[in-house]
Amino acid sequence: MSSRGDTAHDALLAARLFTLAPLNFGAIILRGASPARDALVQAIGEALPCRRLPGHVDDERLLGGIDIAASLSAGKPIATKGILAEASGGALIVPMAERLDDGVAGRLAQALDDRQVALVLLDDGTEAEDAPPVSLTERAAFHCDLTASREWRDVVINVTGDLSAVAALEDDALTALAGTAAALGIGSLRPLLFAGEAARGAAALEGRNVAKRDDLETAAKLVLAPLATQLPSTDPEPPEDQPPPPSDPGDTPSDAEDQERDQTLEDLMVEAAAASIPADLLAQLVKGQTPKRGAAGSGQKRKSGLRGKPLGARPGMPHGGARLALIDTLRAAVPWQSVRRSESGSDAPIIMRKEDLRVRRFDEKAARVTIFAVDASGSAAAARLAEAKGAVELMLAQAYVTRSEVALIAFRGESVEMLLPPTRSLTRARRALAELPGGGGTPLAMGLNAAREAAHAVAARGRTPSLVVLTDGRANIDADGQPGRKQAGEDSQAAAKAIARSGLDALVVDISARPGREGPELAAAMAARYLALPRADAKALHKAISAADAAKVPA
Amino acid sequence: MARFPFSAIVGQDEMKQALLIAAVDPSLGGVMVFGDRGTGKSTAARALAGLLPPITAHANCAYGGSKEDAARYPDVCGGGPLRKRAVPFVDLPLGATEDRVVGSLDLERALRSGEKSFEPGLLAKAHRGFLYIDEINLLEDHLVDLLLDVAASGENVVEREGLSVRHPAKFVLIGSGNPEEGELRPQLLDRFGLSVEVRTPQDIETRVEIMRLVAANERDPQAFAAKWEGADAKILKQVARGKSKLAKLETGDDVLTDAAHLCMAVGADGLRGELTLMRAARALAALKGAKSVRREHLIAVAPSALRHRLRRDVLDETGSTARITRAVEELFG
Repeated sequence: MSSRGDTAHDALLAARLFTLAPLNFGAIILRGASPARDALVQAIGEALPCRRLPGHVDDERLLGGIDIAASLSAGKPIATKGILAEASGGALIVPMAERLDDGVAGRLAQALDDRQVALVLLDDGTEAEDAPPVSLTERAAFHCDLTASREWRDVVINVTGDLSAVAALEDDALTALAGTAAALGIGSLRPLLFAGEAARGAAALEGRNVAKRDDLETAAKLVLAPLATQLPSTDPEPPEDQPPPPSDPGDTPSDAEDQERDQTLEDLMVEAAAASIPADLLAQLVKGQTPKRGAAGSGQKRKSGLRGKPLGARPGMPHGGARLALIDTLRAAVPWQSVRRSESGSDAPIIMRKEDLRVRRFDEKAARVTIFAVDASGSAAAARLAEAKGAVELMLAQAYVTRSEVALIAFRGESVEMLLPPTRSLTRARRALAELPGGGGTPLAMGLNAAREAAHAVAARGRTPSLVVLTDGRANIDADGQPGRKQAGEDSQAAAKAIARSGLDALVVDISARPGREGPELAAAMAARYLALPRADAKALHKAISAADAAKVPA
Repeated sequence: MARFPFSAIVGQDEMKQALLIAAVDPSLGGVMVFGDRGTGKSTAARALAGLLPPITAHANCAYGGSKEDAARYPDVCGGGPLRKRAVPFVDLPLGATEDRVVGSLDLERALRSGEKSFEPGLLAKAHRGFLYIDEINLLEDHLVDLLLDVAASGENVVEREGLSVRHPAKFVLIGSGNPEEGELRPQLLDRFGLSVEVRTPQDIETRVEIMRLVAANERDPQAFAAKWEGADAKILKQVARGKSKLAKLETGDDVLTDAAHLCMAVGADGLRGELTLMRAARALAALKGAKSVRREHLIAVAPSALRHRLRRDVLDETGSTARITRAVEELFG
């Protein structure tokens, strides 16, 4: 498996390939803030014309437009060149790429598609979900994780070589790459195309004009391995029946290696790729969880509510937290300029009146995220679990219309699992629910703590969480995962009180066959509403939740 | 990336068919493409725009207006001699603001001369061409509403900041998105004429073929384009012929009855499904050079025309496509 030295080594190789033909490779993602990364970025900066993208960049600055300040003082429109145009042909360094605004990411993705710039994405995310927008990660050839890299001195990227001099890959090489991608469960075609380029690039770095097996292995390791969504199966069965590589009638100069290729080529590459799959990814893959790169990390989550829907500007003074909407203010003032000028006799470039001032306005209503914490233990009978599943599905169908989101946490045995981070996707939710198994003890305290943390995370993103706990309240696993009814009861009381203290909207749905005193007690400790549903069908449960929701929505 | 020739796109037959149908009959209401990343969605849309014959437009018209447009909207069209220009293809970025899409007060002119004038937005640019929106499901709702509304009416009406402008904006709306990352509201989905599902090809041979073609294109775009020119020209001819035949093509009562039965069988709500199904079938027949619209055309377009209009049952796992195929089999054997 990969050692620390290896990731640094791989990253350096990736960076060398990237500098060889930045536009061909689109982007390189360097994850993890470390001195090693700083050194590498500096080295890339010395090898390539680079510009740094300010984190708060807007469309105007990115694409160019009128420099308002300069225009006002000069009294005539002064155009500025956008950063994209300025960086054209070179690389743009994007710091804190995991926090990049989706709109900016969309612009950058377009620039990548047009081969206008290449990107160096610095990803400081620490959680698996905290990744740059998918529109960019999808268009990046190299994904390097430097989190664990310790020491790194004197990095110099000195690249010679000419990618265009390297011959196109032959069919067996292409087949091997495609087979490797399939074995690693990579669906998208872009990585495959990048891998082909990387193999040729690796040959170019060595000054050869034909890609060898080593080059293909390099490509598989650098481009394909980080994107793996499954481990290559260990049984010898190849993913697809492969026809023997067609013998090319053309005079190909690579005859020495040709003998060794054949079937084994792909296996070797799969091996090379598997060896460099990052350790955390490996752990996730072994657990059978595909990392939810893509679906969860980006886009929707960030976009949906941080600022609310912009409602445009309205007349008003910028005070009390209201921000001046400069463009709108100017727009309001501009049509009156000739009138005002003739009225006042002034020849100031622009005559501003108080009534021109506009302030920004956002839709204050934050998106609601309902977090379901479902007790999937053995004591919550299987039928109950089915009902809980049905209710979540119905809530989601409703969320589909109201554009609110749903998250799903399940607890059973000794563990809690975030089955579904906040999402609106019916498809994903349905799948997560269908895969939810039942049985085992009831780690109620763990479940409640996880739910509270999830709620805090949601609130931190500016949205309104509400909590629905579906349980029978009969805890028998304590907060540390140890069995024991007494400790478990105390811990869950403590967890429930913590929820009450944080002032979360909560609802306890008692799903025991015969509701006892545990449910109401839990609800009381959580300062939550209590709902006993002895024989709820999913629709009734859903109705109850909706009604409870409607009753407590603050005015 | 250089434009990829349309005919060189491997597989993705349903998407290609839907795009061609939309090119033959732009009034169908656009195409929604569902699918994973890296399946060649935008490549196909761009390729189609590149393949179509140039349009004739007034040189000074910011909207690419034709003679008819100039007559209908004399205030906004700048006039000038008629010139050929490429079919516009506008890529709407995710973070686009309403100002940029709809158009806004021309700040530059206003600052310079105090003149109140309209700066056309992306909708104006897309007139007579394609408006492509990647990840439309992540676009702000109010923007999607607005886009669909303009796409349906063919006219952009701007009433803001003291401006009052109407200009032509007839375009084929192509949206794409991955349902795993959030869905479009059903009301919006219904406004799309056609929808297709694309997947990345899974078999190695196809993928190798794609890699080979892309590499060849990268290596020498001109030679590659030249190689596929003939095939592209053929498709272009097909589209042009389809367009001219479209109006004259008759749809028999039997096909109309078939369409009604099919819509009822799959439970497609509303009249829009039935109408779209008919018109798509007619456009396909025109594209294929058929003398009349036949049942086979209907069956070929049924999944694209109806897939996104089926009533949604959250507890039913069966995909929409499967339901349509089943209904087609039951009805027409």
